[in-house]
Amino acid sequence: MNRVVVVGASAAGLTTAEALRREGYAGGITVVGAEVHLPYDRPPLSKQILSGEWEPDRLPLRPAADVDALGLDLRLGVTATGVDTAARTVATDTGEQLAYDALVVATGVRPRRLPGATAHVLRTQQDALALRERLRPGRRLAVVGAGFLGAEVTAVARGLGCEVTLIEPASVPLAHAVGAVVGEVLSRAHVEHGVDLRTGVGVVAVHPEGVELADSTMVEADDVLTAIGSVPNTEWLEGSGLPVADGLVCDATCRAAPGVYGAGDVARWDHPSFGVSMRIEHRTNASEQGLAVARNLLSPDAPRPFAPVPYFWSDQYEMKVQAYGYLRGHDAVEIVEGDLAERRFVAAYRTADRLAGVLTVGMPPRVLRTWRNAVAGGAPWRDVVAGPGGLAVV
Amino acid sequence: MTFHVELDEPRCVASGQCAVVAPDVFDQRDDDGVAVILDESPADDLLDDVREAVAICPAAALRLVEG
Ligand SMILES: Cc1cc2nc3c(=O)[nH]c(=O)nc-3n(C[C@H](O)[C@H](O)[C@H](O)COP(=O)(O)OP(=O)(O)OC[C@H]3O[C@@H](n4cnc5c(N)ncnc54)[C@H](O)[C@@H]3O)c2cc1C
Repeated sequence: MNRVVVVGASAAGLTTAEALRREGYAGGITVVGAEVHLPYDRPPLSKQILSGEWEPDRLPLRPAADVDALGLDLRLGVTATGVDTAARTVATDTGEQLAYDALVVATGVRPRRLPGATAHVLRTQQDALALRERLRPGRRLAVVGAGFLGAEVTAVARGLGCEVTLIEPASVPLAHAVGAVVGEVLSRAHVEHGVDLRTGVGVVAVHPEGVELADSTMVEADDVLTAIGSVPNTEWLEGSGLPVADGLVCDATCRAAPGVYGAGDVARWDHPSFGVSMRIEHRTNASEQGLAVARNLLSPDAPRPFAPVPYFWSDQYEMKVQAYGYLRGHDAVEIVEGDLAERRFVAAYRTADRLAGVLTVGMPPRVLRTWRNAVAGGAPWRDVVAGPGGLAVV
Repeated sequence: MTFHVELDEPRCVASGQCAVVAPDVFDQRDDDGVAVILDESPADDLLDDVREAVAICPAAALRLVEG
């Protein structure tokens, strides 16, 4: 292997390139990235950037000198438009054909939009700066979608003195992700902070004067943000024969086809210990998967399954929400430590008869790590509900 | 060759991933979970773990530098 092409120059792509070098790979690495910026971090966009605490110069994932030291053929502002897996080439919008021995697909996701509407979305540096420019005291912001992103923006906008209406079609925000009980507790914080929370009502259209709801009311707003989920960037793989189904479909070792691997938000893979095909849009996963892909690229005869304990965090008002494991599709939720009403708790999630994940708010790090280990070990549920004593023997 | 670990503390998001993969080198503050460096110049046998921590830090808050 002497030519690696990485498409997508963000957390997953850069980590892959870095890890290849660190593990001693000295061949060519071409990194193709549609954005013009050096690889930068996205979580601060809805936090420190939006609030004005940081300027964009804090965003790069690595100092320019560190990126330089990797000796990459870095093509920023270049978009990959196709792949020929037989010839092993990637086509770009600059008309080039980049030959590869190994290809890493790390093209992430983009925001889903409401049809025909002109509204803010939040995925890139430019998105964040455009929205921040509009968030002035007294301005009216309507946020469509009360997922983690919508919730974070709502919290920041309130902090900046905006009037915020948060619109969520589901009856309980985040219920599909974290369960109704936890979703309810998290959404109460919005109401306490003076947000006009509208749940259980769909959105018909975004108009220049605001958002038209399914119950025929109009939420008047100066600005609208849609935060209604994302779509994997896989269009450029069409016609390549690579398996795509809500993301690039990879096996347990993150391999999609001979010499083709996926990492980060765009990649779906078979998680060996959870036994499901998952695609997760978490910052930590992008790096962990990039690392795993680099290692498997360098040992094709002994590839290792990628079996992380998924982790994400979200900052909303004074709360830091942190979760380990795979909460989606859980069968039951139980509060196993702390107190929901005080917003200091550990919620445990059961899938079949195992502990599939935990979500915590306001708990000390030692407690979190104990629960992380329990999730990593696939603790049987009966030990979880037996309390900490039961867990200690796991 | 010696190496030392740098933490850009204001970037830290208190994920604790560093303390998971390199517990001899990193810990977390009890009150807010922000990373704490226990060993600024880790011995050679710890460097692989530290490099892994640097790679997976979700805030890109860690660096391992020579010297
Ligand atoms: C506002 C915001 C806040 C977030 N907050 C959190 C948080 O608090 N906690 C958490 O765990 N996660 C958070 N995330 C998620 C986290 O940022 C993502 O999981 C992470 O960025 C994924 O990295 P990635 O490299 O896989 O993809 P991306 O960061 O999406 O990068 C993909 C890159 O590929 C480029 N690209 C796409 N198509 C092509 C093409 N055809 N050719 C060339 N380049 C292409 C894109 O332009 C982009 O630069 C947040 C995300 C956002 C947007």
